[in-house]
Amino acid sequence: MNYLVGAFKPPCNIFISFTDGRSRKQVPLKKENGKTVMVALFQSQENIVGEVVIEPIHGKKVEHNGVKIELLGQIELYFDRGNFYDFTSLVRELDVPGELYERKTYPFEFSTVEMPYESYNGVNVRLRYILKVTISRNYVSNIVEYQDFVVRNYTPPPSINNSIKMEVGIEDCLHIEFEYSKSKYHLKDVVIGKIYFLLVRIKLKNMELEIRRRESTGSGPNTYVETETLAKFELMDGTPVRGESIPIRLFLSPYELTPTYRNINNKFSVKYYLNLVLVDEEDRRYFKQQEITMYRNLEAS
Amino acid sequence: MLNGTEDEEKWLAEGIAGIQHNAFYMHRALDSNNLREALKYSAQMLSELRTSKLSPHKYYELYMRAFDELKRLELFFKDDSKHGVSVVDLYELVQHAGNILPRLYLLCTVGSIYIKSKEAPAKEVLKDLVEMCRGVQHPIRGLFLRSYLAQISRDKLPDIGSEYEGDADTVMDAVDFVLQNFTEMNKLWVRMQHQGPGGVREKREKERSELQDLVGKNLHVLSQIEGVDLEMYKETVLPRVLEQVVNCKDDLAQYYLMDCIIQVFPDEYHLQTLETLLGACPQLQPTVDVKTVLSRLMDRLSNYAASSADVLPEFLQVEAFSKLSNAIGKVIEAQLDMPAVGAITLYVSLLTFTLRVHPDRLDHVDQVLGACVKKLSNIPKLEDSRAMKQVVALLSAPLEKYNDIVTALTLSNYPRVMDHLDIGTNKLMAMVIIQSIMKNNSCISTADKVEVLFELIKGLIKDIDGADVDELDEEDFKEEQNSVARLIHMLYNDEPEEMLKIICIVRKHTMVGGPKRLPFTVSSLVFSALRLLRQLQGQEGDIVGEEASMTPNKIFQLLTQIIESLSAVPSPELALRLYLQCAEAANGCDIEHVAYEFFTQAFLLYEEEIADSKAQVTAIHLIIGTLQRMNVFGVENRDTLTHKATGYSARLLKKADQCRAVYACSHLFWVDDQDGIKDGERVLLCLKRALRIANAAQQMANVARGSGGPVSLFVEILNKYIYFFEKGNKQITSSAIQGLIELINTEMQSDSTNPDSVADAFLASTLRYIQFQKQKGGVMGEKFESIKL
Repeated sequence: MNYLVGAFKPPCNIFISFTDGRSRKQVPLKKENGKTVMVALFQSQENIVGEVVIEPIHGKKVEHNGVKIELLGQIELYFDRGNFYDFTSLVRELDVPGELYERKTYPFEFSTVEMPYESYNGVNVRLRYILKVTISRNYVSNIVEYQDFVVRNYTPPPSINNSIKMEVGIEDCLHIEFEYSKSKYHLKDVVIGKIYFLLVRIKLKNMELEIRRRESTGSGPNTYVETETLAKFELMDGTPVRGESIPIRLFLSPYELTPTYRNINNKFSVKYYLNLVLVDEEDRRYFKQQEITMYRNLEAS
Repeated sequence: MLNGTEDEEKWLAEGIAGIQHNAFYMHRALDSNNLREALKYSAQMLSELRTSKLSPHKYYELYMRAFDELKRLELFFKDDSKHGVSVVDLYELVQHAGNILPRLYLLCTVGSIYIKSKEAPAKEVLKDLVEMCRGVQHPIRGLFLRSYLAQISRDKLPDIGSEYEGDADTVMDAVDFVLQNFTEMNKLWVRMQHQGPGGVREKREKERSELQDLVGKNLHVLSQIEGVDLEMYKETVLPRVLEQVVNCKDDLAQYYLMDCIIQVFPDEYHLQTLETLLGACPQLQPTVDVKTVLSRLMDRLSNYAASSADVLPEFLQVEAFSKLSNAIGKVIEAQLDMPAVGAITLYVSLLTFTLRVHPDRLDHVDQVLGACVKKLSNIPKLEDSRAMKQVVALLSAPLEKYNDIVTALTLSNYPRVMDHLDIGTNKLMAMVIIQSIMKNNSCISTADKVEVLFELIKGLIKDIDGADVDELDEEDFKEEQNSVARLIHMLYNDEPEEMLKIICIVRKHTMVGGPKRLPFTVSSLVFSALRLLRQLQGQEGDIVGEEASMTPNKIFQLLTQIIESLSAVPSPELALRLYLQCAEAANGCDIEHVAYEFFTQAFLLYEEEIADSKAQVTAIHLIIGTLQRMNVFGVENRDTLTHKATGYSARLLKKADQCRAVYACSHLFWVDDQDGIKDGERVLLCLKRALRIANAAQQMANVARGSGGPVSLFVEILNKYIYFFEKGNKQITSSAIQGLIELINTEMQSDSTNPDSVADAFLASTLRYIQFQKQKGGVMGEKFESIKL
């Protein structure tokens, strides 16, 4: 039995590590199996330096046609399962064909890697970065090892950041004017604003502000849109009268937001909206949705 | 809603259970210093307060439970060694809660610690909190939330002298904060009327009044802020509070808040801002009970004025009276349908105010009364008994204050107000006036005042049209009239001239009183006139000559007229007595023909009007007594009168009465004076006649009943004999007395005589007297010597 088991086990262990692994920030990443692991965090233009350790299992030799390490940026669409689109692919040859008898360490380095897209784990799409080590073999399958890492890119605060101000209503029923102080928010930002009730003829029960994420994948007729409500934040309790103004202060930090992604590699987009919902006593909902742009701010993250 | 209360109990129990449940987990989290859990469970606990099912009363119970728990949470928050989070972060952290109500409760809780930590200026935090609380627009939930905010912030206001006082002008921030919270709370409170739970208006109003103190507390807090000095109160606090009060257009709130303002802030502030405060009154809703508000204000100011004399100049300086007076006028004008009682209550308060503050300003009092008259004259008939009571209070106030009706009499509007009372009340008021005079023993001494006074009490003096005579209670009536009679005696002036005028005025008024009243008033009037007469005599010599109008004759004429009026009653007994009194007075004045005239009148009355035998007996004795004292008559007149009197005496119905009257007549012929008549013969004649009558009486008694009448008549006659014997009437001899004694003894011993212990004792003491005189010796002893017992 042992022999048999041994036959299917890879004849060696592969470890991938980063040189600055100790000091580098680690962030959680959700794997396919639902487990969350901590992985290293990078941003675009960084050097990705590390080493690969190959350790043959005790007393075995590994015959190979070469060892290489690849840095892959992949977009995975779930409805198109199994199909990866590699938008980035870099390769470093680590070894020429030969045989490995004992533990061997291969340093590697990808300098100033262009990683324009952030890692993203959505409903219908995943964008991920991996390091892939392949030991090519003849006649038998290659030995492969992956190491995920996360990329986040920071953008400076936008130079133009107008407020969102709008008057909406139903004629002779409800007129409100709302104002959000900004249209662009960083991930730990606070939505500050106000709602003025200009005319209230319906009996409202409460009012809430929702943060919604709209993820669209594919293109043309094959576009899939998935909308999630990430936050429901009650702004008002009770029935306001004309002339009332209700303050808004919504801290974004508790919610798992990402920056807004627009047309990532022609594959997908992620957009965020603030949805103001007014509920009347008969549970009818009146709402107004406004897109906001999310960005990742270095200072605040 | 049939099981409304039951359901409510159930919901409340559920709510409490929810709070306890979550509080349990919260405590566990607190004990294990787990901030995240603590926040989670405290938010869940506070979510129980999101219920809409409870009435304010029940909601309050729930709130108090949560409140207690929040105190524990606050202690935990305060101690950052336990949770390791800075208060600034904590302030953000609690705002992550999704539901607004728990979020804001937590925010307030942390906010209070934030202020204490002084990591941010108190004013910033407070401003943020009060602003964020706008999110709760539900009336009950909002009110309780804001009341929580008020509660936790009370000791953290950046007041002067407070440790939270920041740079310049932070008091203003404190005031702004409280004012804003007040304004918002009031808005919510008012809104309850339109949005709150419960269907019926009364129920809603009841529920609202349960919550009023939550709103009013803000005003209380304002009044406690050290930095709110008069200037700030005048410039900021009051105008803004009033603005809210006026603008909320809700009668319940307006009434309560006005009252609150008045009760909460110091008196001197009110005094200095009277104009502003009063200016708001006409702007209130017509249904607001402004009168009570104003009354309370005036009461407070009155008390303030009464508290110390030092503050009075302030009142003058701000012209408090005219301002109040104006305001009341405006309110009454603005609220057309205000019931009379309301308006009058206002006037009463104003009157009380002015009496206390300006006791020297009678014109103010009169002005108030005048305004009241104006108001009353617009009302056809005052039928509301409460209004009536208020009018009485209005009229009584000056009396009590000045303790002197004389002051009230100078108020021209006083009688005009009285005119508006109904008959019963009018009388009551008249009685109050009279009692006031009696109590203070005030003397009304001028004709003018008397005139006014009688105008005031005319309800007692005469029948008023439409009065229901049947309803009169006899005793009350007597009491009233007796009071009037007493009152007449209080009218006095040393100047005969003025006194006469007074009498004439009183006469004028009382003469219209009708037969029921005259007997009470006439005698007072007569004696009053007689007093004048004596007064006149006292000053005789200087006055009589120059003032022709003031002769005794004139007064006697007046008296005659007065007494004659009794004929209408008729009350002959009284008239007779009065005539006799007058005759005696005439005697004193030495005017024979007048005295004679009075006697004539008396005799006429006796003959024509007095039919009752007992009355006759009384009358005849009065006549005899009076006549005996007269010394003004000449022989002829005297004879006529004595003859008449004797004649009447003999014609009385009962023999005993005859006998007694006749022996009394004997005195008419023997006046024990220096130069009195001493007609011994006629005295004897009278006594003999009396004896005869006594004998006849005895016999008649024998015939009628088989037993002798009382011998006391004889003993009485014996006493008369002894009297005249002593006085030296030569016609009365000792032998006559001797004979009489024997006669009596015989009578006493006869079988037919019933033993009469009274008569026995009478006789015994008479005999003892004779014995005594005999033993005394001297002239008297000699005289009596001859009588043998």
